Amino acid sequence: MTRNPADAEDLVQETYLRSYRSFATFEQGTNLRAWLYRILTNTFINSYRAKQRRPQESELGDIEDLYLYRHIAGADLASRSAEDSLFDLFTDDEVKLALEDLPENFRLPVLLADVEDFSYKEIAQILEIPIGTVMSRLHRGRKAMQKQLIDFATDRGLLRRDVDHEQGPEVPIHG
Amino acid sequence: MDDCDDALSELDVFLDGELSEAARKSVDAHLGSCSDCLGAFDFHAELRTVIAAKCRTDEIPADLIARIERCLGEDLDGDGRIG
Repeated sequence: MTRNPADAEDLVQETYLRSYRSFATFEQGTNLRAWLYRILTNTFINSYRAKQRRPQESELGDIEDLYLYRHIAGADLASRSAEDSLFDLFTDDEVKLALEDLPENFRLPVLLADVEDFSYKEIAQILEIPIGTVMSRLHRGRKAMQKQLIDFATDRGLLRRDVDHEQGPEVPIHG
Repeated sequence: MDDCDDALSELDVFLDGELSEAARKSVDAHLGSCSDCLGAFDFHAELRTVIAAKCRTDEIPADLIARIERCLGEDLDGDGRIG
């Protein structure tokens, strides 16, 4: 949730303490995981506000839908063999970095949905935003993350940028 | 390509399992007869699996567990000591 391992550890510790103490107020039938996450998020947001690190709300530029799909899958579906798997196209660090680089208000919904598997409703409760906002931030955050992954793969020479990449998809380089 | 546009516009919500039953069936029906859209949906489902797998590789640092144990006064990891 934070970008700094030391902050993350402080956050987890404080969350354990707060949830331990307030467990008496936990209501039966509430989703325990979502409840813990709400405490985690509130702890994070409170400490963030106290430190005023970076603007919480920010906008993302407009990225076309299916950007990554058109740049990878469209290229040469037939020749995508086991060796060319999507899993091998990106490193663990690149995926984590692509997520970490998202602005906060997009990163949290994507993290909660795609890594932690929460539902829209749960995410709305955890972040205290409307479900419609969850959906639009997920859509735009995911696109931005995918664009970042394309850039990483292109920088590493795994994808070649066509001269006019509005025309055709990126072409995977073999060998 | 109205049907394809409609289906693709629902891609995220479909894969999130958040479409209404009626909408889900409608997309399913289209995917059953449109290999292009099925390819796009398949690709995004695979991409999500890849992203989730690569992001879930962190373990809780041992000294963090130790700190929490000392705060709570409990042996959380079952190693017979606190901290």
